[in-house]
Amino acid sequence: MTPALDPRDRGGPGQPLVSVRGLVKHFPIKKGLGRARAVVQAVDGIDFDILKGETLGVVGESGCGKSTTARLLMGLIPHDRGDLLFDGEAIGGRDLPLRDFRRQAQMVFQDSYSSLNPRMTIEASISFGPRVHGTPARRAIEEARALLARVGLEPARFAGRYPHELSGGQRQRVNIARALALNPRLVVLDEAVSALDKSVEAQVLNLLLDLKEEFGLTYLFISHDLNVVRFICDRVAVMYLGRVVEIGPAEAVLGAPAHPYTAALLASMPSLDPDRRTEEPPLAGDPPNPIDPPSGCRFHPRCAWGEPVCAKEDPALADIGPHHAVACLARQPGAAHSRAPLLEREAA
Amino acid sequence: MSAPVQTASLTAPALPAAAAPAPAPAFERSPGYWGHVGRKLLRDPVAIGAGLVILTIVAVAILSPWITPMDPYRGSMLRRLRPIGDPTYILGSDELGRDMLSRLMVAGRLSLFMGVTPVILAFLIGSAIGIVAGYVGGWLNTILMRTIDVFFAFPSVLLAIALSGALGAGIFNAIVSLTCVFVPQIARVAESVTTQIRQRDYVDAARLSGASSFTIVRVQVLGNVLGPIFVYATSLISVSMILASGLSFLGLGVKPPEPEWGLMLNTLRTAIYVNPLVAALPGLAIFLVSISFNLFSDGLRSAMEVKE
Repeated sequence: MTPALDPRDRGGPGQPLVSVRGLVKHFPIKKGLGRARAVVQAVDGIDFDILKGETLGVVGESGCGKSTTARLLMGLIPHDRGDLLFDGEAIGGRDLPLRDFRRQAQMVFQDSYSSLNPRMTIEASISFGPRVHGTPARRAIEEARALLARVGLEPARFAGRYPHELSGGQRQRVNIARALALNPRLVVLDEAVSALDKSVEAQVLNLLLDLKEEFGLTYLFISHDLNVVRFICDRVAVMYLGRVVEIGPAEAVLGAPAHPYTAALLASMPSLDPDRRTEEPPLAGDPPNPIDPPSGCRFHPRCAWGEPVCAKEDPALADIGPHHAVACLARQPGAAHSRAPLLEREAA
Repeated sequence: MSAPVQTASLTAPALPAAAAPAPAPAFERSPGYWGHVGRKLLRDPVAIGAGLVILTIVAVAILSPWITPMDPYRGSMLRRLRPIGDPTYILGSDELGRDMLSRLMVAGRLSLFMGVTPVILAFLIGSAIGIVAGYVGGWLNTILMRTIDVFFAFPSVLLAIALSGALGAGIFNAIVSLTCVFVPQIARVAESVTTQIRQRDYVDAARLSGASSFTIVRVQVLGNVLGPIFVYATSLISVSMILASGLSFLGLGVKPPEPEWGLMLNTLRTAIYVNPLVAALPGLAIFLVSISFNLFSDGLRSAMEVKE
């Protein structure tokens, strides 16, 4: 993947576009008057990089913190702790104020209807961002129409319409056009195709791939659909209860999962290929309450490999292969888990 | 893979030659949101009827100094409490022998003024408070809305009378006290509507585009919240007219001999056993205007519901 030449590029192609380090967000729950009694640990110390020009997928069950991560990254909600770097500069810091960052990073939301103002025409919605940044109205409208054509909506027919006059797939194309109107480098796609039906979903995914190449974009692609993630993503991060439990190249993570949770996620997906059949038992029960997560490894109560040591030690992300990291005691050499040394010898 | 030139591909229309026929197609124009509302309203016979009644009454009230058949202030002790259908007094005469029709026409001016003005003022003030509280949220919302809640502890009639009594009688003070009664109600509606809109993804998308809060409220929020608040405000006009009449009835608003529907109702109260139909006429006028405003605001509400 050759990253596009971009005048705004600072660190060169080797520097990640986004670096997230130790990101923490706890939502306090207020009970009546008085101070918070409990906190939801929505995102609890996650690290990942998004490389320039790649598509990083984030997968996990609902409530695992995928969307919260996206909103924290975009600065829609403030984070409690941790560092967010965009091309080497702290987001919202002195060198990269939030307003400048937002020119370079945009987001497409899941609900295509709720993300368009019902009182504004399509072209007005798309041109809003550029106009805020000082583009004259006439030129902003012209650009909006060109973008509409680019996302496959004939401007003459659609530019003057209102959101309710469009189908879900058409609206999502408009949302993509709106995100592109500010000429961003990073686009966060938060379940952007999940609400579309399968044939439309495929069209929009292909559009996203084309646009990525044309505009030199980098995607953060959040989804619960492993098939879609396998299709569109270069790398995948698997989240469980506010933590990243596995991250690595898509074919490695989804082809040969190292974390038992990733394996269970894949096993829950009906497979038509007998060679891919997973031997792991399917996941039982719901994810635990993020207000009071389990001790040690957060996955141990549901884990097929769970051992007493898992309830005591909290595994950190550790490399197990090229660019492939996993947070599991059973994969860590020297850990007290019974499987750990065995895997070490196998690898040697 | 070639490196795309970003800005060029954004500004130049990227239509493939096959998809773009030589003559530029005419741009389709949607009639727009208010166009839809207007058309739907025109198809609602009840709303049209109510609107026509309001227009007629407003026109008559405005033109009354020139079109009243008789002097609304000159009475005749000999011709008091004539019944409806009297050859001289078409709608009868009041307890001082003044022509009811003329007085009803002139009274419309003050009654409508006192009914509509507090609602307009409260619409402006209440919307501002509610939208700020709803959009900013957090502590500011708590402080503003709990303060507003204090006003709800009093029944609106009692509040209007108390404020009016404290400020003293008079049209201006009556309007001020009625405005104070309606501001909390409108602010509460505005706050709840704004809080809902605030959570829509398009507001987040607007924040992501780097717009200031003021721009977001002006462009993205206002158009979506003013409609529902306006509908609620029109339904308050009838309440306002009745409260204004009530204040005049108690002597806290308009003073005799100035004609005002509430005041006329008060003075004709003594004649209710002598000539009940004539005594009920000001009430009928209040009822007609109130119900017209209510029906019109109902029609407006259903016309403003966005199709999904």
